[in-house]
Amino acid sequence: MRKNGSKESAGTHPAGAQNGAPVVELRDVTVVYQGGNVGLDGASCAIERGEFAFLVGPTGCGKSTFIRLLMRQVEAARGEVLIAGRDIGKLQRDKVPKLRRHIGVVFQDYKLLPNRTVYDNVAYALQVTGRSRKEIRQKVPDILRLTGLSTKLHNTPVQLSGGEQQRVSVARAFVNHPPLLIADEPTGNLDPETSVGIMQLLHRMYRTGTTVIVATHDREMVDRMRRRVIQLKEGRIVRDERSGLYRQDGPPRELAAELSGSTSGGA
Amino acid sequence: MRIGFFLKEAFRALSRSAAPSLAAFATILITTLVLGVFIPVVRAATAKTNEVRNKIELEVFIHDDATKAESAKLGVQIRAIPHVERTEYVSKSAALRILRQRLGAKSDIVNDLPGNPLPASYRIKLDDPANVDLVKNALEPTAANGARHFISPAVEDVKDREDDMNKILSATSTIKILLAALAALLVAASILLVANTIRLSVFARRREVEVMSLVGATNWFIRWPFVIEGLIVGFLGGAVAVAILYVAKATVVDPLSDRFALIAAPQTIEFRVLVLLLLAAATAVSALGSGLTLRRFLRV
Repeated sequence: MRKNGSKESAGTHPAGAQNGAPVVELRDVTVVYQGGNVGLDGASCAIERGEFAFLVGPTGCGKSTFIRLLMRQVEAARGEVLIAGRDIGKLQRDKVPKLRRHIGVVFQDYKLLPNRTVYDNVAYALQVTGRSRKEIRQKVPDILRLTGLSTKLHNTPVQLSGGEQQRVSVARAFVNHPPLLIADEPTGNLDPETSVGIMQLLHRMYRTGTTVIVATHDREMVDRMRRRVIQLKEGRIVRDERSGLYRQDGPPRELAAELSGSTSGGA
Repeated sequence: MRIGFFLKEAFRALSRSAAPSLAAFATILITTLVLGVFIPVVRAATAKTNEVRNKIELEVFIHDDATKAESAKLGVQIRAIPHVERTEYVSKSAALRILRQRLGAKSDIVNDLPGNPLPASYRIKLDDPANVDLVKNALEPTAANGARHFISPAVEDVKDREDDMNKILSATSTIKILLAALAALLVAASILLVANTIRLSVFARRREVEVMSLVGATNWFIRWPFVIEGLIVGFLGGAVAVAILYVAKATVVDPLSDRFALIAAPQTIEFRVLVLLLLAAATAVSALGSGLTLRRFLRV
């Protein structure tokens, strides 16, 4: 098991992108929830290795569905979802945990294990992969230092501020050094100042070569970072720019258009 | 390493989320206790009804003027009949002695009898009371012309106390069915109750299970600590119940067993067997319950 694990991190894992395929590729994907709600509607896009991409759009536009699709929490009704060139729709159920180990996720509500210390929360992500205690003892303090949590090692989540909890979530997502890091509204519950800190952390991980996808509606952040922006609207990708702003047009015009009732920017 | 980790996880869950575990523990304790009382009672009751059934026998009365050789030959004939398990010869004087015993303090009235009016007899014990008609027919076979004769001239009469017997047979089988149904109901109720409590304790941690799954834990990696926890809770609940049963048996039941035939019934379940059965059942139900109820929450 352990031997296997070290081999995996050398690049045979599903999100390893050895073959030059995009890390994430959606091909005309439609997701329909029970009850008929459409999560995604014919979305296609490719995110290359080492990219930093924002998913933007109002709530209900399909950002979360996009992310849940990659984690295989939901499955596509139509189309293909490829991670490192592999169709994860065809993945057997018992292979899903392995996929998830190669994707680090940061959630808006942190999703920490409430009864565990900061250290144990981060260590859990390594324990599930069957890493040795020795390896865990080396890696966890490293990542906690990187995320600025060295003094909070033995605190439980309830004893931490929101920003600190989110740092733990980031540390847990990155402790495996996954090739793909996904953040779903990582700053949605945080004040602007703390948000900058979290974003810097994610950016630092991007600099190590990790592909980072951030779903957000934090306009200021997107505008400031000038990265790739994929804009969703009602389940469709309506804009995909190399280094874009949160809004295609100037904000006042867009807002004015929406207020006057006409639908602009629809594909 | 792995097992150590799972054990640690299980104990962590036990100490950190004590309330639901305690509820499961209490439920198992009480249901095991109820079962522990009920099982021996059922066993004793069935044993008693079986005992009553087995008392059913046929009596073949012998003419007072039959010779010794005739009655001895009759004994051989009876023993040759299928389904006859045992015969017992009761002489005239023995019959009188039995009557005296039965009358007890009033046995003096026997002394007023002019002689010994009681006939000698063979008491026939059957392998199964249900075969009574077969044996009766064999004792009084039908001849070709339709007339019926006893197998020996020494026979005066064959009595089977038919009415009593039918009553006993139908009553005992009803009691048996009732007891079986009651036992099945109780066992089913116990399992459901324990399963439900465990469900609640797992449900309280469903968010945690979801997170584990999203971080990439396999289903069994998540499940093992729950199963071990169930094992521990079930075993502890069962053990405490057994301890209470033991104390109750030693202080209340054993001293009373002289007075109540039912308690003293030798065919009731042995305490050691009962203890093992209860412990195994409590542990297994709890562990399986934890593992199985988790399934719903693992579909993330």
